[in-house]
Amino acid sequence: MLSELGHLPMDFLLLAAAVTLASFGFIAGRLRAEQFSFSGDIHPNSRPNAHGYFVLMWSLVPVVLVGLGYIIFGEGASRAVLRSELPDGFSILTPGELTTYLDTVARAARMPGFLSGERVFDTVTERYGEIRGTINLITLCIAGALSLSGMVLARRCLSPEFRARQHVESGIEWFLFLCAALAIATTVGIVASLVFESLRFFSEVPVWDFLLGTRWNAQTSAEFGALPLFFGTFMISFFAMMVAAPVGLFAAIYLSEYASRQVRAIIKPVLEILAGIPTVVYGFFALLVVAPAVRSVALWINQLLIAWGLADGAVLAAQPTSALAAGIVMGIMVIPFVSSLSDDVIRAVPQSLRDGAYAMGATKSEAVRQVVVPAALPGIIAALLLAVSRAIGETMIVVMAAGQRARISPDPTSDLTTITVQIVSLLTGESEFDSPKTLSAFALGLVLFVITLLFNLVAINVVKRFREKYE
Amino acid sequence: MDGTLGEKTAPDKGVLPDAPEVAARMSCRNINVYYGEKQAIYDVSLQIADRSVTALIGPSGCGKSTFLRCLNRMNDTIEGCRVEGEILMEGENINSPSIDPVLLRSRVGMVFQKPNPFPKSIYENIAYGPRIHGLAQGREDLDEIVEKSLRRAGLWEEVKDRLNVAGTSLSGGQQQRLCIARAIAVRPEVILMDEPCSALDPIATARIEELIDDLRKRYCIVIVTHSMQQAARVSQRTAFFHLGSLVEMGETDQIFTSPRDRRTEDYITGRFG
Repeated sequence: MLSELGHLPMDFLLLAAAVTLASFGFIAGRLRAEQFSFSGDIHPNSRPNAHGYFVLMWSLVPVVLVGLGYIIFGEGASRAVLRSELPDGFSILTPGELTTYLDTVARAARMPGFLSGERVFDTVTERYGEIRGTINLITLCIAGALSLSGMVLARRCLSPEFRARQHVESGIEWFLFLCAALAIATTVGIVASLVFESLRFFSEVPVWDFLLGTRWNAQTSAEFGALPLFFGTFMISFFAMMVAAPVGLFAAIYLSEYASRQVRAIIKPVLEILAGIPTVVYGFFALLVVAPAVRSVALWINQLLIAWGLADGAVLAAQPTSALAAGIVMGIMVIPFVSSLSDDVIRAVPQSLRDGAYAMGATKSEAVRQVVVPAALPGIIAALLLAVSRAIGETMIVVMAAGQRARISPDPTSDLTTITVQIVSLLTGESEFDSPKTLSAFALGLVLFVITLLFNLVAINVVKRFREKYE
Repeated sequence: MDGTLGEKTAPDKGVLPDAPEVAARMSCRNINVYYGEKQAIYDVSLQIADRSVTALIGPSGCGKSTFLRCLNRMNDTIEGCRVEGEILMEGENINSPSIDPVLLRSRVGMVFQKPNPFPKSIYENIAYGPRIHGLAQGREDLDEIVEKSLRRAGLWEEVKDRLNVAGTSLSGGQQQRLCIARAIAVRPEVILMDEPCSALDPIATARIEELIDDLRKRYCIVIVTHSMQQAARVSQRTAFFHLGSLVEMGETDQIFTSPRDRRTEDYITGRFG
């Protein structure tokens, strides 16, 4: 019987309980409120609906809390109980083996009527099912009881003078606050884990050796000088911005100032599709189309230089994967970031400024160049900074098209590697998380995070200044 | 009051039923304006006298601002707006395709309802027009134009020590005088003002009105205003618009003391609008 309960669809049941109890609470509260809202000459503080929502809140919150508790602790609690009941014979298993064993048991218990034929295993599975069933039953009872008592207590509070509306408002505020807090808590958690793991890394490798060292060879020998990675990242981001800044900005100017409504209605969504292309697609575009093109141009330049007697040998490295190829494609990828944001800020420039310029006898391009764009400049700079931080953090394109060699080389046609590429290669493959090799990925991640954070902060501040101007 | 009129003989001397004969700087004939399908101005003909202030009054939505914007073709910048009819300025129809609106606007300047200084320094705001039209020979010349324009706009004394400060940092009234100075700097013949005081307090308004009175000695000014007192104070001639038509035009004194049309009388006595 109890093991049957172990198969209950608890997610569904808890959800159904929440919905039922909440609607019931709402109706109970509303009916109670209607009794006094039309009797006597006291004007009730809140509408019947507010009373309804108030009771709903107090019926719903216990179910939600119990449900969350079940999701987080349910499985763990069942296993803890089962483990305490296991016969002594199981003590020969290592903790790891025991966990694997219990995983198998849990999986078997989820299949009704499953019998392996092995007596001990089936007994354990049966017992596990019973424990789950008990916990399920207890959970449902607690949820129901708490919800009902919440409902009763809340309903008892109701009176014509009761400020149900204010309570509901603050309930909504709490709910919204929790959503915001969840996002922040996640961020803080991620940053904390980055910092914590980085500190472990820095206890083995000195910070300055990491930040300023020029030799990076984490895979084979323990050389953790990350400067070549920083160099590669900035070089490729630089090429990307050389492409994205002018093209994106001019596209934005065209869209916001010149394009007719129909043209704009076509071009803007198409540009934004660029932002929706998976970066892996850009990656193989870079690898298969742009990199070979860059290489052949580089080879041609080399030949020319030799033919003109300006050089003795090859000047450009002309590698099959190159910083320039990755940078160009990354630039194309971030064009929509620049154009879309810049378009928004340019359009936010008040029409009165344009009118002012035209009324002075400015031509369209004069008005755009000398009045509209300068007015939108802070916003445009912010758009560029956001695009830079996007480029710095971009991974897939550089993994595919920039190469793996960590070195500081000013030659755009040589292969380079970036922070993100190294993180990927450090963490794929073997998963042993306490060697300096894998820990260095966290340190790189932290650096990346700090850089993009700085760019974003500057961008946000610039945008804020811009906003204040046209209040 | 008529002393300034007729000093310069304009080529066109149309005589309109409601208006006394004047030396016209601009004369408009049968102007119709459409926003898409909707007609905003119906067959308006009027003369704008040189070296005087012409006020356009009327209830909201009567088309006075739209009409004003015809005079320097600012309606060109509005999508779907179409202007018919001819506006003669020195014998040329400014609506004809051969007229370059950019050049026209350097002759017919405009000041807007809300002060709209460019996000540049005070100096650069004034220097902008002369620069794009090549009116200054060098830096000294430009300095002179800037000073002269600011003096004429009555702003020089207040800003002469901080010409490099952003134009947007001035007060509302100062910003509006900056915009007037900016318009003057291009040496226009006509200055259009679209409710130039509606965003200003009474003191700033009084200063602008004094300025307008002063400027009329050199320029032809057309002003749209919602304030009948303002029209009475600053203008020599007044045109009353209603529902897109010109109802009556005449000497300001006559319009305000003995309007010929019943609607004009109702409006200026505050019975509607």
